[in-house]
Amino acid sequence: MNISNEEYGELAKKRSHGSKLYKTVPMAFLVGGLICTLGEVLLNVYGMIGLNKDDAGALASMTLVFLSILFTGLEWYDRIAQHAGAGTLVPITGFANAVASPALDFKSEGYVLGLGAKMFVIAGPVIVYGISASVVYGIIYYIVGLFMK
Amino acid sequence: MCFRKPSIISYAAVVGKAENEGPYGGEFDEVIEDNKGGADTWEQSEALFQRRAVGHVLRKAELTPDKIDLVIAGDLLNQCVGSSYGLKDYYMPFLGIYGACSTFAEGLLLSAALVNAGYLDTVIASTSSHFSTAERQFRFPLNYGGVRTPTAQWTATASGAALVGFSGKPPFIRAATIGKIEDMGITDLNNMGAAMAGAAYDTLTRHMKHRGTHPQDYDLIITGDLGQVGSDLLYDLFQRDGVSLKEHHKDCGLMIYDRASQDVHAGGSGCGCSASMMCGHFLKRVQSGELKRILYCATGALMSPTMVQQGGSIPGIAHCVEISSEQGG
Amino acid sequence: MDMFLEYLWAFLIGGAFCAVGQLLIDLTKLTPARILVSYVVAGVILGAVGVYEPLIEFAGGGATVPLTGFGSLLAKGVREAVDEHGLIGAFMGGFTSSAAGISAAIFFGLLAALCFKSGSKINET
Repeated sequence: MNISNEEYGELAKKRSHGSKLYKTVPMAFLVGGLICTLGEVLLNVYGMIGLNKDDAGALASMTLVFLSILFTGLEWYDRIAQHAGAGTLVPITGFANAVASPALDFKSEGYVLGLGAKMFVIAGPVIVYGISASVVYGIIYYIVGLFMK
Repeated sequence: MCFRKPSIISYAAVVGKAENEGPYGGEFDEVIEDNKGGADTWEQSEALFQRRAVGHVLRKAELTPDKIDLVIAGDLLNQCVGSSYGLKDYYMPFLGIYGACSTFAEGLLLSAALVNAGYLDTVIASTSSHFSTAERQFRFPLNYGGVRTPTAQWTATASGAALVGFSGKPPFIRAATIGKIEDMGITDLNNMGAAMAGAAYDTLTRHMKHRGTHPQDYDLIITGDLGQVGSDLLYDLFQRDGVSLKEHHKDCGLMIYDRASQDVHAGGSGCGCSASMMCGHFLKRVQSGELKRILYCATGALMSPTMVQQGGSIPGIAHCVEISSEQGG
Repeated sequence: MDMFLEYLWAFLIGGAFCAVGQLLIDLTKLTPARILVSYVVAGVILGAVGVYEPLIEFAGGGATVPLTGFGSLLAKGVREAVDEHGLIGAFMGGFTSSAAGISAAIFFGLLAALCFKSGSKINET
């Protein structure tokens, strides 16, 4: 080839148009904002029927997770996500979609090694690093607590 | 390499719903509307696409499987199961090949070489790809809301097959050039077009140099599935040599879907994309003489998710086959 | 009016978290999975230093629904567990506080997988 990889990389960069930020960012904002507003509505409704704050919060999350997984099963979630981008990724609904979609998809390889084993193929890292970070924080919090006494 | 005798005796394409809704809908031999055709899993449905395509080829040539000396087939799936499971029930001698999306050109040129050399009389080249199996294997689960970037391409749900032999009738396979692996250092999984354009440039340049031809000597130069990004890059690379390619060039990835109304981003891809466009659209036109001389250059990104995750780049390859309505001298 | 403002802030703050995520996708080539991981870890850190809970008071669902809220929930759970159980609480709190969300995702995910088939994603406009 009569072109270096560096030179070609530059050329490729020029020809590979990125996403149109003026389209993607407002869509992410809008859809993500609406999902969060729905969360707030649920929180208030569950508060009104007499749940305490923590329980209402947990139930609101569970409701969003349920709706997201229902939408995933109906093939609606990925269609909305094509336009919403991070708006459907960042909320907890995105986590639920990441759990449900491989479960659905890998069912064809069996209930244990397919569905069961592949369920966390995308969402697993979130739990691994989230829990690990929380353990690190717990240890630091404990040590700091020892000195504060 | 140049050939004298081989021609394409019969050819057929089977496509899914979206491909048939594209600009060339209606030109294919069979449409499987639900992309599944009654198979239980997506992998089995891809195998079914290929079985049907080869079935149509046999029917059109009025041959039974036992009259076929060899079938050369490949696809994108691990262990090429689309081909092996799809074709196992025909009990034909089988050679599996892997060339990513360049597979159909690889199969055609191997078939032509074996036939031209006189070793075999009837060889089928066959390939398939399926959006759902490719997505599962290379990207994300189907219902996952992952965002496709604008440079990403849409794997065609399609299969194409062609029977090469001696019939004395067009389309004739006149020459071919085997591609070299060109690694342009592209690491973006969602930009296959860029990973393949260098290989297409290299193979086309070598082919035309060897044949002593120029782009204007061909009615069309057809690339496999460079998509928008890859096609633009190919023009850029030829432009550096002072050669203008654009007016002689078509890309199957840009043709198979209506990019304005079908949300396929940079265009179609997959082995079945160029195979179905060749077998559904172009070969008919060479056979009728509407196109006299075409260059079919199928491009493949030799991408492995494992290597990319390990930080590796995506090598590309392109094989080119010259097809003509006139027999070689 | 208060109610309206509450929803407005939930919308704006939640939307802002997502818009930042979109900018990360488009400008940095970070894969979605990496963005999710960064959000959760960022949430743990923000929760640990005590910034996130005031934000929850202010924006409600706008702060709890994004995955940073999940992270801050992990931090809160760990803090409470360490207060109650000592060092061993560091290994208990995270899962305790996030149990509802994770269990719901697993259980409903399983149910959905049993009820539905994966889609063919026949592309439409």
